[in-house]
Amino acid sequence: MSELSASRIQNNPKYHQLVMQRDSLAWTLSAIVCVMYFGFILLIAFAPDFLTQPLSADSVIPVGMPVGVGVILVSCILTAIYVRRANHTFDPLTDEIIQESLK
Amino acid sequence: MRTWKTACLTTLATAMSLFTSIALAADGAVPPVAPAEPPINWHAIVMFVIFVAITLGITYWAAKRTKTATDFYAAGRGITGLQNGLAIAGDYMSAASFLGIAALVYMNGFYGLIFSVGWLVGWPIILFLIAERLRNLGKYTYADVASFRLQQGPVRTMAAIGSLIVVIWYLIGQAVGAGQLLHTLVPQISYRQSIVIVGTLIIVYVTFGGMKATTWVQIIKAGLLLGGATLIAIGVMAHEGFSFEKLFTDAVAIHPKHMEIMKSVVPIGAKANPIESISLGLTLMFGTAGLPHILMRFFTVTNAKAARKSVLYGTCFIGYFYILTFIIGFGAIVLVANNPEYVTDVTKNILALKGGGSMPAVYLSHAIGGDLFLGFIAAVAFATILAVVSGLTLAGASALSHDIYANVIMKGKSTEAQEVWVSKLCVIGLGILAVLLGIAFEKQNVAYIVALTFSIAACANFPILVLSVFWRGLTTRGAVLGGYTGIFGSIGLLIIGPTVWTKVLGNGPAIFPYDFPTFVVLPAVLIVAYVFSVTDHSESAQKERDAFNAQKVRSETGLGAEIGASH
Repeated sequence: MSELSASRIQNNPKYHQLVMQRDSLAWTLSAIVCVMYFGFILLIAFAPDFLTQPLSADSVIPVGMPVGVGVILVSCILTAIYVRRANHTFDPLTDEIIQESLK
Repeated sequence: MRTWKTACLTTLATAMSLFTSIALAADGAVPPVAPAEPPINWHAIVMFVIFVAITLGITYWAAKRTKTATDFYAAGRGITGLQNGLAIAGDYMSAASFLGIAALVYMNGFYGLIFSVGWLVGWPIILFLIAERLRNLGKYTYADVASFRLQQGPVRTMAAIGSLIVVIWYLIGQAVGAGQLLHTLVPQISYRQSIVIVGTLIIVYVTFGGMKATTWVQIIKAGLLLGGATLIAIGVMAHEGFSFEKLFTDAVAIHPKHMEIMKSVVPIGAKANPIESISLGLTLMFGTAGLPHILMRFFTVTNAKAARKSVLYGTCFIGYFYILTFIIGFGAIVLVANNPEYVTDVTKNILALKGGGSMPAVYLSHAIGGDLFLGFIAAVAFATILAVVSGLTLAGASALSHDIYANVIMKGKSTEAQEVWVSKLCVIGLGILAVLLGIAFEKQNVAYIVALTFSIAACANFPILVLSVFWRGLTTRGAVLGGYTGIFGSIGLLIIGPTVWTKVLGNGPAIFPYDFPTFVVLPAVLIVAYVFSVTDHSESAQKERDAFNAQKVRSETGLGAEIGASH
C-alpha cells in the first residue's frame, strides 16, 4: 500500500514541482546565510581593520558591531521568509500530492 | 506511582537535610569553621526551592501521562510549534552561553559577538535543510534518520557513539559549571553537594517525566532566562541613559585594555590567526546542527509544519537572547569591573572576580537589583543548568536504549516496555556518571569541552545526517567510515592541539597548532564518505541507493511519517 503510494507520488508531476521549488528556496536561503556569515568570518580573518574601524570619527563603536547584529537579524528574517513560503505554498501542494496518491 | 512517591520523598529528604544543615550553620549551632562565614543567600535559596517545587510538580503531572515509548522519548508528539520553539531555546541557551558569552564580552569586548553570531547562524541551516525532513523520517533519535535506508547495526552504532561522546562531554561542562555556580552563590553548599543535587533532580525529572517533563522544564527555564536577561539589559541601558554610545564609551574608559576591546577580533593578548577564525566559524555553525539533544526536539512535535515553526520561534528567541548577552557583557565592564564588592583585589586586576571567570552576569544582576535580583538570576542560572542537563541525559539515554539496545543488540525485537525500562536505567547511569565526572573534573580547565563537543557534532553527526538525507549515493560503508573519521579525527587533533596538549597535559608546543580542527576534519569526512560510497560495488550498496527514492518521498511529503498527537 505505502509502496504503491510512494511510486504514485514519484510519477506525480506536482511532487517534482514541490521538490524543485522547495530545494531551490532552501538552498538559495542557505547560500545567503553562508555567504553572509562566512563573509563576516573572512573579514575577521583577513580584514579585521575594516570591522574594527569606528562607525564615525567621534564614536567608539566599531563597524563590526552593527554588522554582527545585522547577521543575527537577517538570519531571523530569512527563517521567517522560509516558514511563510512553506506554510502558504508547500503545505497545500503537499496535501494535494498525498490526496492524489491515496485515490 | 509508589516508586514516584519514594523518589520524591528521597529528594525532599536530601533537600531538607541540606537546608537543616544550612539553618544550623546560620543559627550558630554548628561552630563556623572559617572566622568570616559568608552570609546565607536566602533569596537565591528560596527561589531555587520554588523552581524545584514547580518542576517536581510538573514531573508528577508528566509521569501520570507518560505510558508509551513515544510519550517517554518524544512527549507523545503533542508539543506545539511555539512550545517547542521555547523548549529549543531552553535546551540551547546553556549556562555556557548565558554566563559564558557575557564573560567573554566582559574580558574581550567585541570578540564575544563572534560567538553570538556563530551560535545563531546554525539555526537557519537547520530549518532550511534538516528540521522537516528529520521529523518526517525519524522516530526518536537522529540515528533513525541517518540509518533510514542503510544497515542498522553499523550506522546506528557509529551515530550513537558520536551522540554519546557529545552528550557526556557536554554533561561534564554543565556539571562543573553547576557545581561552581551553586557553591559560589551559596557557599554553605559544597561543590560536591551542588553536583549531587543537580544529578538527583535530573534523574527524577527524566526517569519519571521523560520528554514531557524535560520539555516543560526547558520551556519554564527559557521564559525565566529571557525575562531575567531582559531585565538585566534594561537595567544596564537605564544606567547608561539608554545610549549605546555611552555604554560603549564608558566600557572603553573602564576596561584596562581600553580601545583594544573594540579593536581585537581574537581573545585579547592572542595573535590574530585567520585559519583559526575560519575553523571556529565552521565549528560554531555546523556544530549546532549536529547536537543530538537539539535534533531530538524535532521528534516531539505534531508534524513537519510544527517542526518548521518551532525553528522560527527558537531562532528569534535565541537571536534576541544573544543580543542581550552582548549588552550584559559590556554592562558588566561598566558596573562590575573595578567594584571592590565583586573583584578579588582591585589594586592588582580590576577584572578578576571573586568566584571565577563566569560570574560577570551574576554580579551585574546584584549591581542592578541588589540581593533579591541576584537571587533571582542565580536561580535562573541554576534552572538553566537543570534544563540543559535533562535534555542531554535524555538524548544520551535514547542513543543507548533506542539505538544500541533496541536496534543493534535486540535487532528491533525488544518490546516497547523493555526499551523504556532500559532507557530509564541509562538515565540513572548517565546521571550518576555526570555527578562522578563533575567531581573528577572539579579542578580541571573545562574550556576545551565546548570545542570538543561542537567539533564532533560538526564533523561527524552533521555531515552524515545531511549526506544520508540528500545524497542518493551514500552507502553504509561511506557513512560509517566517514562518521568515524569525524569522531576520531576531531578527538585526535584536539588531543594534540594547543588546549589539551599544551595547557592540560603540559607537553610543550602543540603538534597540531589549532584549537578547532573542523577546517581539516570536515572536508576529510566528506572525501572519505564520498570515496568509500562511490567505490562500493556490493549488492547491498546498490539496494541502499535504490531505496533513496522511497526515502525521498517520505522526507519531502511526510507520507508514512510517525503520527503526531491530535489536538
